[in-house]
Amino acid sequence: MNQAESNASSTVQSAAQKQPNRSNLKQRHLSQKFAFGALWVGGALVMLILLVVVGYVITNGIREVTWEFLTTAPRGGLSGEGGISTTIVSTVYLIGLTIVIATPLGIGAAIFLTEYAGETNVGSKFLRSLIDLVHFGVETLAGIPSIIFGLFGFALFVSVLHFGFSLLSAGLAGACLVLPTIIRTTEESLLTVPMSYREASLALGATKWQTIYQVVLPAAIPGIITGIILSVARVISETAVFYVTLGGSARMPTSIFSSGRTLALHLYYLAMDTNAFDKAMATGAVLIISIILINLIIDFVSSKLTAGLRENQ
Amino acid sequence: MQRRYRIDKGIKYLLFFSAIVSIIIVFLIFFFIFQSSLPAFQQIGLRNILLETTWRPTNGQYGILAMIVGSVMVTFMAIVMGVPLALGAAIFLAEVAPRAVQNVFRSAIQLLAGIPSVVYGLFGMVVLVPIVRRIPVPGNSGYGLLSAAIVLAVMILPTITSVTEDALRAVPRSYKEASLALGATHWQTIIHVMIPAAKSGIIAALILGVGRAIGETMAMIMVIGNSVIMPTPLTDNPLTIFLRQARTLTGNIAVEINYATGLHESMLFATGVVLFILIMIINASAHLILRNGERS
Repeated sequence: MNQAESNASSTVQSAAQKQPNRSNLKQRHLSQKFAFGALWVGGALVMLILLVVVGYVITNGIREVTWEFLTTAPRGGLSGEGGISTTIVSTVYLIGLTIVIATPLGIGAAIFLTEYAGETNVGSKFLRSLIDLVHFGVETLAGIPSIIFGLFGFALFVSVLHFGFSLLSAGLAGACLVLPTIIRTTEESLLTVPMSYREASLALGATKWQTIYQVVLPAAIPGIITGIILSVARVISETAVFYVTLGGSARMPTSIFSSGRTLALHLYYLAMDTNAFDKAMATGAVLIISIILINLIIDFVSSKLTAGLRENQ
Repeated sequence: MQRRYRIDKGIKYLLFFSAIVSIIIVFLIFFFIFQSSLPAFQQIGLRNILLETTWRPTNGQYGILAMIVGSVMVTFMAIVMGVPLALGAAIFLAEVAPRAVQNVFRSAIQLLAGIPSVVYGLFGMVVLVPIVRRIPVPGNSGYGLLSAAIVLAVMILPTITSVTEDALRAVPRSYKEASLALGATHWQTIIHVMIPAAKSGIIAALILGVGRAIGETMAMIMVIGNSVIMPTPLTDNPLTIFLRQARTLTGNIAVEINYATGLHESMLFATGVVLFILIMIINASAHLILRNGERS
């Protein structure tokens, strides 16, 4: 009260002089400095975690990674003798199988969702709600934990369909797992293709499919490739699904009905069932290096994509 | 001419079929997991499954409460440890970091998300478990809730960070400009304008993180110890509960499915059903929150 009175009685000039004292700008800047400092520390901590995990696995594993390690078969046993050649082959087979099954379905679904979903104006409420249902299905699939896919693959492919523990069972279960990834990335890249491309093609007399196949899809290729590479990475790093569908045999696979083990699965068996932590670490180093390479490829492809977009505009 | 249009029609149906494949898969997953779990629910009963803590398949005892508690505890601990770091990283990435740092940082997050879970598990076994083992408490093996939660916290970090970053970037530019124009500092703008505006996206990010944590399997098997006990403190000190070994729902399925038969196998599917329902509730609430956020 007193202060207010004295303020009121004082001249305008002195009030103006007091103004800087009452400003909390300095304090606010100080708290910003503290907060941003903390955020930088947090960011550095995340980088540190990454460097420690990746650095530890690679520096401890890379010594074991020789040409011989990569090209001899695992001999099994408690000391985890041998290399990882058969597991590399199994991984590659499984990637091929998964991608071959999932890609056509995923791209087809994405094309339908982006290109045909819009033209359902002719009194087909049914189709409209069906498309909503498909979106719901894709979201649900993306959220289901991988062990559930494993259980499903075990029940349907391994048991009911009698494919046994095999590359085929694992590939089918893996395809279910990566399907949402391919659908989503393809959908996104189809949506970035300008409408004018389609209009120009249709105006020239092309049918809808000719337009999609010869105009829209080529323009969306980088996005589609990104989706496929992401799926490859998913198959490489996935373990739970294949743990319950692939059987874990360390022998060289001879057909799609052979049992097998992927690199990640091999690492798991080494770490849990043997004393060969050095071999497990080496397998881990191979895994991390392949994931880094895949990330570099994705960065390259998506830089192509953004460059292409800029050209379009 | 006629032929082109016939092809057009045919392909439309083909594409339609590939679109409904995802619904079919979801339906099949529902069907097979629920159907295979039916014998367990019928013969053991929902109450005995959900409320009993003894899991002794050879003895016909199939209570999974200890595993539900294990899953929930390890997830909760991972969230407590991982979320502050993830939110900080997201704010750093969206608002503070210069562009060059952003690019490096984003690749780092991407790589962190791409590292296979078995590699995290191996790192946990070789590095983390020996460190935790040094805590001088009788019965402390190093394997247990604490080690598992640390591994899990790192594993959910990329999910939460990238979804939160997207949410922060989706805040209209005009909000930020208005706040800065009123004389607020950048930090005040972040705290009082950006984060409240991105609230629904951030909550969704947390829920997605919870979903990922509950669903994680292999890394958990490798570091949590897998013994089926109701977690209790090892000594008088209640904090030693975190050094106790445990088993998650996911781990229960993976560890035993390869040799289980009959009712035991059906019971593992029932574990899957419980996990499935838990995840569906979690994901549905994340989507609801995100959709409501979009509307407002």
